[in-house]
Amino acid sequence: MQKSLHLDPAKCTGCLQCEMACSYEKLGEFNPSRSVIKVFTFHEEGRFAPYTCTQCDEAWCLRACPVDAITMDMSTGAKIVIDDKCVGCKVCTISCPFGTINYVQETGKVAKCDLCGGDPECAKACPTEAITYIDANATGYDRMKAFAEKSLPSANTSA
Amino acid sequence: MRHVIIGAGPCGVVAAETLRKQDPDSTIILIGNEPIPPYSRMAIPYFLMKDIDEAGTHLRSDDFYDTHNIQYLGHAVENVDTDLKVLTTDDGTEIPYDKLLIAAGSKPLLPPIEGADLPNVHNCWTIEDARQIAERSHSCLEVVLMGAGFIGCIILESLAKMGVNLTVIEMGDRMVPRMLDDKAGGLLEKWCIEKGVNIRTSTRVNSIKEEDDVMIVELDNGETIQACTVISATGVKPNTEFLKGSGIEVDHGIVVNTNMQTNVANVYAAGDVAQGKDFSTGNYEVQAIQPTATDHGRIAALNMAGHLVEHNGSVNMNVLDTLGLISHSFGLWMGVEGGDSVDIYNEEAYKYINLRFGADKEEDVLVGASTLGMTQHIGVIRGLIEGKTHLGVWKSRLMKDPTRLMEAYLSCTQELDNVV
Repeated sequence: MQKSLHLDPAKCTGCLQCEMACSYEKLGEFNPSRSVIKVFTFHEEGRFAPYTCTQCDEAWCLRACPVDAITMDMSTGAKIVIDDKCVGCKVCTISCPFGTINYVQETGKVAKCDLCGGDPECAKACPTEAITYIDANATGYDRMKAFAEKSLPSANTSA
Repeated sequence: MRHVIIGAGPCGVVAAETLRKQDPDSTIILIGNEPIPPYSRMAIPYFLMKDIDEAGTHLRSDDFYDTHNIQYLGHAVENVDTDLKVLTTDDGTEIPYDKLLIAAGSKPLLPPIEGADLPNVHNCWTIEDARQIAERSHSCLEVVLMGAGFIGCIILESLAKMGVNLTVIEMGDRMVPRMLDDKAGGLLEKWCIEKGVNIRTSTRVNSIKEEDDVMIVELDNGETIQACTVISATGVKPNTEFLKGSGIEVDHGIVVNTNMQTNVANVYAAGDVAQGKDFSTGNYEVQAIQPTATDHGRIAALNMAGHLVEHNGSVNMNVLDTLGLISHSFGLWMGVEGGDSVDIYNEEAYKYINLRFGADKEEDVLVGASTLGMTQHIGVIRGLIEGKTHLGVWKSRLMKDPTRLMEAYLSCTQELDNVV
């Protein structure tokens, strides 16, 4: 059974442990600005929303890459950036309609969530179960993904 | 079924890949006009800067074509006979097809300037061009770049990094006039000048002469610049000459319908050579951008394989990195009549964001944007434009602070429970 990240804004307290864990896993340092999961703050409502790549089926980033630097991890379904191949052209960053693949000026390459190879650190670090890694079918995550994708007319063109 | 694809850029390669998935038993022939494996022009600047070797520019790994049973030929196509359904390459080989995809891309325009055809005036379009520029610029002190459009700006960085004294001549009144407005283009120019690049906007090259291996570039402002190499990046046009007499309708590019079909049965066109549907205007235009090329290629291939799939139109969008300053444009970045717009312009920080909203029933829908100095979550601009997302309360919040785009996006496209 394929697992996926389930993000539940209602449970998020904005503690940013996920961003700390993500950057520590990827960079070996606590640097939330480089985390590929981000918590957004809604001041008016006093709410928070964790957000990262949904590993969408359309894989806009993968399809747009001119040098085949983004591939799919068959075991997790994650779309993964191969640093050695990425030239930093940024075409994927404008192609992804979810805004979840970003250019990193320090490295000259793009970065996105790779599900930590199937053991995502953000989910382990989250103290309130706002981020969980569970069976894809059992989550409302699919609904969230579908909701985002149905807003895009050209998402319907895959046969 | 015998599928033939003319053009081995991103569009042709994505089409071949899609066809192989959809039609496992078909014959697929991919024809590029250079005798090297299919590569990406997007990667040329990085090749020029020696960030990557030549293999790093390749669109797919070199065994991809064999493992996917795609025959790759490195020859120019000289003629297409749509009655006999056969094309002829420059070595006289005749290749019959059942379904044909023309994804021949574009080629650089030679500016109508005396001396533009001198051997030391180079385009920077092919790997071979890049090899020559790299060789020539090695011992070079002065380089002149004609054109500060998208392609000019993409190679500007590689040239500047070679340590040459670089002068850029642009006839428009600002840099990248077809992608950036006055403020963004002006800020980019200031940035380049600060980085030591000489920029001349609203300036034309009158003539280029060569004397004793020195190129003499005469400008219309009376200035004369001596250089050892002149690079021309004054625009591109669709590669359609070889279609003369084929009966395939060509306007600015090849005319296609929403199934990427031309006016001739069994002939499709896609990518930079095709006049595809623009998402924002609904008009059929040559966009000549990478994401559109791959969209076109995939949709054309699906239709060739017998799936009736419509192209809803591609959002025109660009991203550019000029000596470390990153700029973007999306959709109707110049705005629409009756639509609101908001911008934040910070000259010292080299930051700019401009949002454009629609009119009437779409007054709370984002229709275009341009940015300078932003790199995070930039793709949601595409998401909001293409989703025609009604921003509701977030429209007025964005009018006060356009940098809150990501919050607006999340609120309007994700189910955030109680979050309005």
